[in-house]
Amino acid sequence: MIKTFLLAAGIGASLSACSLEPVQPWDRDILAQQKMQLVADPLETYLDEHIYFSKEASSGGQGVGGGGCGCN
Amino acid sequence: MSTRLPLLLVLLLCGFTSPTFGAEPAPDFTLPTFPDDAGISLHDLKGRVVYLDFWATWCPPCRKSFPWMDEMHARYKDEGLTIIAVSVDKKRELIEEFINQRQPAFTVAHDPSGEIAKAYRLRGMPSSYLIDRNGLLVKTHLGFRDKDKATMEAAIQALLKK
Repeated sequence: MIKTFLLAAGIGASLSACSLEPVQPWDRDILAQQKMQLVADPLETYLDEHIYFSKEASSGGQGVGGGGCGCN
Repeated sequence: MSTRLPLLLVLLLCGFTSPTFGAEPAPDFTLPTFPDDAGISLHDLKGRVVYLDFWATWCPPCRKSFPWMDEMHARYKDEGLTIIAVSVDKKRELIEEFINQRQPAFTVAHDPSGEIAKAYRLRGMPSSYLIDRNGLLVKTHLGFRDKDKATMEAAIQALLKK
């Protein structure tokens, strides 16, 4: 049963038009644009997050060190 | 037999990890150039050392390498160095704008389809390739960092002396 399901899933995946081909280095012009960045302004994001974590006085989530004393 | 096995393994590993022992011929190309569109072919440059660089206007470290390439061009062009900076930008206007601003002294070529980049198995941007006077590809370098400048220049000097 499981084997049949896996086989069907495998065939389905191979027939879908989804490509696992990575973007080639010379084709990254659009990805390199500012509007394609996940973080629009790295400095602003850093400051925002720093204030957020300081106010929240907890740690974790962003891998910030500290034990929740509010000094991070 | 048992003493030879480690030796055999070492030899095998060397074979898998070291670069090819003999340099292979660099893939030939003919590409349009800037600003006059005269075109450039690798096979016409036999007898010269070629520094082939792949760049794009959207790649910050690529842009950073231009002053250094200008420096190398000025220093070694009379000794037989040809620098070709191949742009993989899709649009010609972007390159023209950049060149008008920067005025590089070396040759700038255009590979909009990335066909030549593919032939050179480009892994990242910028990538540079050193081709000796016989048209053999002897060195590949990925990225551009200030600390690599001395090594690259030494490699250019060594090839020019050959």
